[in-house]
Amino acid sequence: MNRKFLSFPYLIWMAGFTLIPLLLIFYYGLTDRAGGFTLDNVKAISSPECIQALLRSLKLSCISTVICLILAYPLAMILKHSKSRNSFIVFIFILPMWMNFLLRTMAWQVLLDKNGVINNILSFIGLPSLNMINTTSAIVFGMVYNFLPFMVLPMYNVLSKISDDTIEAAHDLGANAFQTFIKVILPLSVPGIVSGITMVFVPALTTFVISDILGGGMILLIGNVIEQEFTFSNNWNLGSGLSLVLMIFIIISMIMIAIFDKDGEGTVF
Amino acid sequence: MKRITCLLISTLLILSSLLMLGGCGGSKSANVVRVYNWGDYIDEEVLDMFEEETGIKVIYDTFETNEEMYPKIAAGGVDYDVICPSDYMIEKLLANNLLLEINFENIPNLSYIQKSVMEMSKAFDPENKYSVPYTYGTLGIIYNTKIIKDEIDSWDALWNEAYSGEILMYNSPRDLFTAPLMRLGYSINTTDKQQLREAADMLLEQKPLLQRYVMDQIKDSLISESAAIAMAYSGEVLAIQEKNENLAYVIPKEGTNYFIDSWVIPTCAENKANAEAWINFLNRPDIAYKNFEYITYATPNTGAQELMDEELKDNPALFPSDEIVANCEVFHSLGDEGDQMYSDLWMEIKNASVK
Repeated sequence: MNRKFLSFPYLIWMAGFTLIPLLLIFYYGLTDRAGGFTLDNVKAISSPECIQALLRSLKLSCISTVICLILAYPLAMILKHSKSRNSFIVFIFILPMWMNFLLRTMAWQVLLDKNGVINNILSFIGLPSLNMINTTSAIVFGMVYNFLPFMVLPMYNVLSKISDDTIEAAHDLGANAFQTFIKVILPLSVPGIVSGITMVFVPALTTFVISDILGGGMILLIGNVIEQEFTFSNNWNLGSGLSLVLMIFIIISMIMIAIFDKDGEGTVF
Repeated sequence: MKRITCLLISTLLILSSLLMLGGCGGSKSANVVRVYNWGDYIDEEVLDMFEEETGIKVIYDTFETNEEMYPKIAAGGVDYDVICPSDYMIEKLLANNLLLEINFENIPNLSYIQKSVMEMSKAFDPENKYSVPYTYGTLGIIYNTKIIKDEIDSWDALWNEAYSGEILMYNSPRDLFTAPLMRLGYSINTTDKQQLREAADMLLEQKPLLQRYVMDQIKDSLISESAAIAMAYSGEVLAIQEKNENLAYVIPKEGTNYFIDSWVIPTCAENKANAEAWINFLNRPDIAYKNFEYITYATPNTGAQELMDEELKDNPALFPSDEIVANCEVFHSLGDEGDQMYSDLWMEIKNASVK
C-alpha cells in the first residue's frame, strides 16, 4: 500500500496534465460553439485548404525525417566506435538543446535572411547572394536542425548496447564488414530507428513555429491552420477538431513503436 | 476499501482544481490595484512611482493579444481592476456587459485628453462612459527612402511590381485586409461576401510580390534593410526611425485603420477606486510623457504633447492631420461569424503557392 501511495502525485499529474486536457480537446473537437454535438470540426479537414496544408506538412516532415535518418545513422555509428571521446561528442551534440528552441530558430532567420550573415559573407568573398529564407527548403532545414538530436540519441542508445562480442562473433563466422552491418547491426538497431523516426516525424508534422519564422508565413502547414483557429478566429472547436485528425498520425506512430520496439530499448530518456 | 478512498480523494482533488479555474475566485486583498496591460506598454518605473505616491500596491500582468486577454476576463478567473484593450475588444467587452462605468470625478486629469480622440472613441464607447484613451495611432506604410525613390501616398504602392520581394505585410487578417479594402473603397469592417472576395483576390494577386507575412519582425527587417516597404502601425515608427533614419512613414490617402487602446475597468474589479487612481495617475502630463518616451506610441494627453520636441510635431505617426483622420475607420468587433469569414479567406490566401 505504501508504494502505491507514492504513485499518487503522478496520478494527479497524469490526470491534470494529460487526461483532462485530452478530454477537453475531444469535448471541443466534437461540439460546436453552442455546445451541441457535431462532427463538422473533424470533417473540416476535407476542405481544400486543410487537405493541401496537411499534405504539405506530411511531405515536409517525411523529407526532414529521411534527411535526419541519413545524417543520424552514420553519426550514431561514429559515436559508438569512438569509445574514449564519445561522451564529449554527445555533449557537444546536445549542447544547442540547452538553448531555447525558439531562439535557435530565430537565430537561423537572422543567418539566412536576405541581408543576413550568410549572404553578407558570400557577397564579401564575391559570390552572388542566395535566396534562402521564406522557402520550403528553409522550413525543412529548420526541422532537420531542430529535431536531429531526437534521431541521434535513440539510435546511439541502441547501437551502444550492441556488444562487441556479437560483432566479433559475426566476423568469426565469416561475415565481412558489410554483411555484419546488414545482417547484425542494422536489424538490432531497428528499435532505435523507429523511435527516432517518430520522435522527428511527429513534432515536424505539427510544427507551426518553424514555418512561421523560417517560411515567413508564406507556406501554410497544418499546424498553422490549427494555430490560426485558436489565436485569430477564436474557434477552439474547429482547432480541436483538426487536432483530433492529427492525433491519428501520432497514434499510428505510437503503434509502430509498440510493434518494433517491444523492450523499450530505443527510448531516449 | 482503501482503493476506493484513494479514488474518491483523487476525484475530489481534480474537481476542486477544476472549480478553482472557473469563477471569480481569489481572496480579497488590501490596498492593491491589479493591472492587465499589453506587454512592454509602460515605463516600469511608473509602477514604482505610483506605489510610492499613492501607497497602492501594483500587481502587474501583461498580455500579447486582445484575443488572449478576452477569455480571461470573460471567464472571470482573475480579478483585474484595470485593463488596456483595443477599440474593437472594448466594444466586445461592453456588448457582453463586462465593463463598469468609470467615475470621472476620480479622474480630474481627464481634462488633458485630446478632444478628437475622445470623439473617435465614441465608435466603441458611444457615450465616453467606460474608457479613457491611453494611446492611439494609424496603420500606414513605412518605406525606405534610400531604396524607393518614388513618392508614396497610397496603398497601391504595396501592389507595385517594381518593389517585388521587398514588400512585407502583416500576418494577421484584420490588419492585412485593411489595405485591399481601403484600396477598393470599402469599409474595413465589412462582412459583405462580395466585397471580401474582391479584397481576397487582390491579396492573392499580391502574394507573389511579397517577401513574407510577418508581425514583430517587421522592425528588424526594415532596420536591416532586408525589406524596403511594409505596412506598419504608427506606434512602431519612432522606434524604427531611431535606428534607421532612411525610413519614412505615410498614411495612405485612401484612409486606414485608426486604433485606440484605452483603460477600462472590468466588472470583476475589486478595487475600483484604486483603478481610477491608476488611470488618473497615468494621465498626469509628466507621467504620460514618461510613458510616451518609453513606448513611443502617440499619446492623446495634451499635457504630454506639449512636452515633446518640436520636430516630432510634424511626424504623421504621432500627429495625423485632421483630413487624414476623417478618412479613417476604427475596427469594430465582427462577431464569430465575421471573424470566421476573414479567417477562411486568409487561410485561402496563405495556402496559395508562391513558386
